[in-house]
Amino acid sequence: MSKVYIALQDNDDARYIVEAIEDDNPDAVIQRQPAMIRIENSGRLVIRKASVEDKMGRDWELQELHLSLITLGGNVSEDEDEMVLHWN
Amino acid sequence: MVLEIKTSALEPVRNVYANLERRFGDKAASRYQEATYDLQSVVNFHYRPLWQPQHELNDRARTAIVMSDWYDFKDPRQFYYGAYVQNRAKMQEIAESDFAYFDKRALKDNLSPKVCDYLIHRLLPLRHAESTANLNNMYGCAFGFGTAITQALLYNAMDRLGIAQYLSRIGLLLDHNSGSSLAAAKDSWLHAAEWQGLRALCEQMTVVQDWFEVVLAQNLVLDTLVFDLFYRQMDDKLVADGARDVALLTDFMRSWNKDICRWFDAVVKAAAAESDANRAQLNQWIADWRARAAEALAPIASAALGDDALAQALAALDTRVSKLGLGA
Repeated sequence: MSKVYIALQDNDDARYIVEAIEDDNPDAVIQRQPAMIRIENSGRLVIRKASVEDKMGRDWELQELHLSLITLGGNVSEDEDEMVLHWN
Repeated sequence: MVLEIKTSALEPVRNVYANLERRFGDKAASRYQEATYDLQSVVNFHYRPLWQPQHELNDRARTAIVMSDWYDFKDPRQFYYGAYVQNRAKMQEIAESDFAYFDKRALKDNLSPKVCDYLIHRLLPLRHAESTANLNNMYGCAFGFGTAITQALLYNAMDRLGIAQYLSRIGLLLDHNSGSSLAAAKDSWLHAAEWQGLRALCEQMTVVQDWFEVVLAQNLVLDTLVFDLFYRQMDDKLVADGARDVALLTDFMRSWNKDICRWFDAVVKAAAAESDANRAQLNQWIADWRARAAEALAPIASAALGDDALAQALAALDTRVSKLGLGA
């Protein structure tokens, strides 16, 4: 099973996103590097709009992910409510 | 090709302040956590306040609500000073551009004299009620316990000044910056029979001792009714009267209210979840202030919006209260 991964800048917004990803993907491995947080998981990683909004306490558009995004690996499938990284 | 970014990292000796580590574990804390938790002094006061010798300077016992941890009143919006100011600056920018647009397109010219008069005597006097809302939240900030709730109350108090200012600006748009509309609105507030109930209620609120009771009466009971009456129902009425554009000028209040409800609902939920005694106390306060607010608002609601307006507002309040798992 190949790994999918996403790397985010270590800023105030991204911290909540990372917390949400942690909750939704209990097996994901989180590496905190200087100024960057890298999250990888084997096979599949999901980012849910509702979970992030819960953590942030405000409305959050999935597109706002790009403000903190550094890189990602995997096939992306997204709709309004969630973004999934996986390998086809 | 997969690109791997390689770095050599130095592990920090500690990730976070000790007080936050005790609460949340040894991981990086958010700004909100750093600027909130355990900030308020709780021990080593040199003397008791001369004006209230039965209490410490910061004292949990100034309200009937009992919490084992006063920091359970976490703000879901996670507003510390910086985040709050940024957020409100954004909202202000939107409001300013709405006002500018209203002015630039001379939308006031579409308002009949009757509508202008209606706004001056049925909406603008709320400026003075907002001043009380500011006082009540300030009181909660001064005598409340725990930075989690006191800072949010202070932000709310400042917001109320902002709303009062926007109401004043609506008046200035109507009277070409002469201020005559504000004088007329104040006269209404002081002398018109239909406002006296609310004015009396405002005065009564400012002498309540228990700070949690005051902020509950203001932010849950009275505000739910007032916002439903003056920013939802009045908006519908203005649309029907050909004054749809006024909605541009009150939009700030509507979006602000949504934001505040999210925070205050969380506060009430946390207090109710703590114990049955808290729940009973909250229910008693809500019932008490609901009755008083209904009586106070009845004359102005029927004068401004018709006879079933207050019933609709009370239904909105009851819905909100039952969503919080409170009420009868």
